[in-house]
Amino acid sequence: MAELSNKERMKIPRQPMPEQNPFERNRNFLEVNLGFTEELARLEAERCIQCPKPKCVEGCPVGVQIKDFIKLVAEGDYLGAAAKIKEDNVLPAVCGRVCPQEQQCEAACVTGVKGEPVAIGRLERFVADYERATVGIRTVEVKPPTGKKVAIIGSGPSGLSCAGELVQKGHSVTVFEALHELGGVLVYGIPEFRLPKEIVRAEVEALEKLGVEFRTNSVIGFTDTIDELMTVEGYDAVFIGVGAGLPYFMNIPGENHNGVYSANEFLTRVNLMKAYKFPEYDTPVFDVRGKNVAVFGGGNTAMDAVRTAKRLGAATASIVYRRSEVEMPARVEEVHHAKAEGIQFVMLTNPLEFLGDDAGWLHGVKLQKMELGEPDASGRRRPVPVEGSEYVMPIDMAVIAIGNGSNPIIQKTTPELQFNKWGNIIVEPETMKTSKKGVFAGGDIVTGGATVILAMGAGRKAARAIDDFLLGEG
Amino acid sequence: MFRIVKAEFLAPEIKRFEILAPKIAAKRKAGQFVIVRISAKGERIPLTIADSSIDRGTITIIVQGIGKTTKEINTLQTDDFFLDVVGPLGLPSHIEKFGTAVSIGGGVGTAIAFPTAKALKDAGNHTISIIGGKTKEHVILEDEMNEICDEVYVTTDDGSYGYHGFVTGQLQELIDSGRKIDFVLAIGPIPMMNAVAEVTRKYGIKTVVSLNPVMVDGTGMCGGCRAVVGGKTVFVCVDGPEFDAHEVDFRLLMKRNNTYRNEEHDALERHICSLDKMYAEALKEEI
Ligand SMILES: Cc1cc2nc3c(=O)[nH]c(=O)nc-3n(C[C@H](O)[C@H](O)[C@H](O)COP(=O)(O)OP(=O)(O)OC[C@H]3O[C@@H](n4cnc5c(N)ncnc54)[C@H](O)[C@@H]3O)c2cc1C
Ligand code: SF4
Ligand code: FES
Repeated sequence: MAELSNKERMKIPRQPMPEQNPFERNRNFLEVNLGFTEELARLEAERCIQCPKPKCVEGCPVGVQIKDFIKLVAEGDYLGAAAKIKEDNVLPAVCGRVCPQEQQCEAACVTGVKGEPVAIGRLERFVADYERATVGIRTVEVKPPTGKKVAIIGSGPSGLSCAGELVQKGHSVTVFEALHELGGVLVYGIPEFRLPKEIVRAEVEALEKLGVEFRTNSVIGFTDTIDELMTVEGYDAVFIGVGAGLPYFMNIPGENHNGVYSANEFLTRVNLMKAYKFPEYDTPVFDVRGKNVAVFGGGNTAMDAVRTAKRLGAATASIVYRRSEVEMPARVEEVHHAKAEGIQFVMLTNPLEFLGDDAGWLHGVKLQKMELGEPDASGRRRPVPVEGSEYVMPIDMAVIAIGNGSNPIIQKTTPELQFNKWGNIIVEPETMKTSKKGVFAGGDIVTGGATVILAMGAGRKAARAIDDFLLGEG
Repeated sequence: MFRIVKAEFLAPEIKRFEILAPKIAAKRKAGQFVIVRISAKGERIPLTIADSSIDRGTITIIVQGIGKTTKEINTLQTDDFFLDVVGPLGLPSHIEKFGTAVSIGGGVGTAIAFPTAKALKDAGNHTISIIGGKTKEHVILEDEMNEICDEVYVTTDDGSYGYHGFVTGQLQELIDSGRKIDFVLAIGPIPMMNAVAEVTRKYGIKTVVSLNPVMVDGTGMCGGCRAVVGGKTVFVCVDGPEFDAHEVDFRLLMKRNNTYRNEEHDALERHICSLDKMYAEALKEEI
C-alpha cells in the first residue's frame, strides 16, 4: 500500500465496532462487542498519524507504547503489536474491553481535536484477541529460580499482574484467593456480556504455565494471617491486592427489604455463581421477569447491574442517579450501549425510602428530584434536593451501586499495617511499600474503587519493588 | 478437593461428615463456620464447624437436608469429595466463665451449639444442654452432649422422648425450679431462637443466638447476609454469626430468609416450614 499523507489518514472515518443487535443482545449474556476484523483494524490503524511526541502515551496510566503498536498493526504484524503492548500492559484483552479510553489515551489523541480519536482500545483488543486465537497467549522466558517466595493476596488485576512480573524474575509465586474462582472483579463483577470469563481464564492459565501457583478458598486473615504467611509458611514478601470489597448501602429506610441488593451481591450471584442459568446452576437470583428494576448509581457497576437486570427479563430497568448524565463516571460506551438496549435513565433523582409490603417484599421507592448547585470537592456540581418534588416509583427489585469501601478483614488481622480513615492501605507511592516490612500493596485496596488499568499498573510497580527488596536492595 | 473420611446419618435427613481439611482444623475456634460447594454448578453453602481433630486433620460438619443443595450434600459418602471448603469464617464465640451456662439446640441447631457448649465447659462453666427434636429420632448428639455437659435435657415436640414440648418449656421449668442461669446460647430455627430470647428477656439472662441468613461469599463482600441487631445493619458473616438475642430483629431475618422461597420451592422447603410452623404456633401462644 502506498504511504498515506496525514491528510489522507485523517479523512478515514473512525471505524465502528461491530456489535450484536441491541434488541437481541438485551436478552442474552453473549459479548456485546464482536471485535474488529483484520480489515477494520488495518484501516483504523491507518488513521494514526504517528505523532513525533505521541500524546496518547501520556494519557495511558501505564504508558503503553501506543504509537508503536499501532504502526505494527498497520503493517499487519499483529503478534508484534501484541508483544509491544505487553511490554507495559500484561492484560490487553481485558483492558481493550474495559478501560475508560475516552478519558485516557483516546482523550489525548491529537486526531480527536478536530475529528474523532484513533480507536486505540478497539485496536488493543483486536491484537490481544488475535494473539489468543492464533498462537495462544505468548509468555516470556522465566529467569532461573531465585529461591525467594512471594505470597500474593487476591487474584484481581493487581494480583495477577504482580504475580506475572515476579514469576518471570525467577521468584516462586503463590496467589491466595478468597473465592473459588480466580480473577477478582473481572470474574465476579464485570458481566460476561462485557468481558467473557474465558478471557480471564486464559490469562490465569498463562500464568500457571509460567509456574504461578494459585490457591483458591484462602481468605487471608482467616485461613492464614499475613504474619503466618511470613513466619510459618516462609514467604519472603507479600503483595496485598484484595480490592475494595465492602459494599456501601445508602442507610435509608427499607433498605433491608427483600429485593434490595448491593451491586456486589447481585452481580456475584449472576456472574460468579451463574444465576442467569438457574436452575441449571444452583444459585438463585430474584426473578425479575416482567418486573420493574431500578439501579442506583452512575458508574460502570451501575451500568453492569442494570443491563444484567434487563437481560434477566426485567420489564423496565432504570438507572436512578442523583447528578446529571455528564457527571456519570461510567465508560461512555457502556452508557451508549445501555441506552440502545432500552435502559431508562432517571437523572437528578435521589432515593429517600424503599417501600415494602408486610411480608418484607419491595414494591416501590420514594424518590426526590435534585438540581445541580455549586461544585463540590470532586469538582462536580453538587446535587441539591428540590423541595416538594417527592414521588413514588413502583419497583420490584433495587440494586445499590454507589461504590465500595474497604473490606476490613486484612486491617483487623494485620495490626502493623497503616490504613487511612477510609480503610485504604497507606503505601509509598513509588514502591507500593506498606508500613510493614516486606509487605506491599496496590489496586483498589490502596486507591479505593478505581480502574483495572490502575490496579494492573500498581501490581507491576509493586513487583519491581518486591524484586529489589528480595535481591537485597530494598 | 476435600475428602470425606467419614459420613453417617445421625437422624433422618441429618448427616455428619468428617472432612480432611488440616489447615481449617488447626485454626478454627468454636462458633466459626465454613462455606462449601460440592459441584462446579453448585451453590456456596455456609455450615458451622461442629468439631475438629488436629491429629486427624479433619473438621466435622453436620448437615440437614432441607434445600436442593443440602439434600445433595447428604448423598455424599465416605471417600467422596467436597469441591470447595473455605474457612474458618466468622468470629469465634465469645467464651468466658459465666457461671451456669445453658446451650439450647433445636434440630440441627444442636450441632451448631455443640462446639460452643464444649468451649463453655472448658472455660469452667456449669454447662446444661437442652436438645430439642421433632420426635425421638430427630434428637441428635445426646451422647456427645452428655460427655461435655453437666446436665442434658431432651425435649420432643410429640413427647416421644424426654420432655413433651418445646425447648422453651424446658428452659422455663429450669428457671421456675429456682436455678440461677447466667448465660443462654440458643441455636435453631428462627422462631425457636426468638422464643428463647423472649423467655430470657424477662429474667435479664444474657442470651446469644447464632444467625443463619442467606450468604454468598462469607467475607463481607456482598452484604447479602445483612441482619439488623440493636437497630443497626450488620453483615452476619463477618460481624457474627453470634449476636445478643435480645437485640436481634428476628422478624426481618425471617422475612429475608424467605427471599428465594419461590425459586427453591422444591419439596424441601416444606421441611423447614413444618418445623418453623410448629415453633411459630408455639410463639403465638406465648405472645
Ligand atoms: C461491576 C464492576 C464493573 C467495573 N467496570 C470497570 C470497567 O469497565 N473498567 C475499569 O477499568 N474498571 C472497572 N471496575 C473497577 C475494577 O474492576 C477494579 O478497579 C479492579 O478490579 C481492582 O483490581 P484489584 O486487583 O485491586 O482488586 P479486585 O479485582 O477487587 O480483586 C481482589 C481479589 O482479592 C480477593 N480477596 C479479598 N480479600 C481477600 C483476602 N482476605 N484473602 C484472599 N483474597 C482476598 C477478592 O475475592 C478478589 O478476588 C469495575 C468494578 C466493578 C465492581
Ligand atoms: S496521539 Fe493518536 S495519532 Fe498520535 S500517535 Fe497516538 S494514537 Fe496515533
Ligand atoms: S455473605 Fe456476603 S457479605 Fe456476608
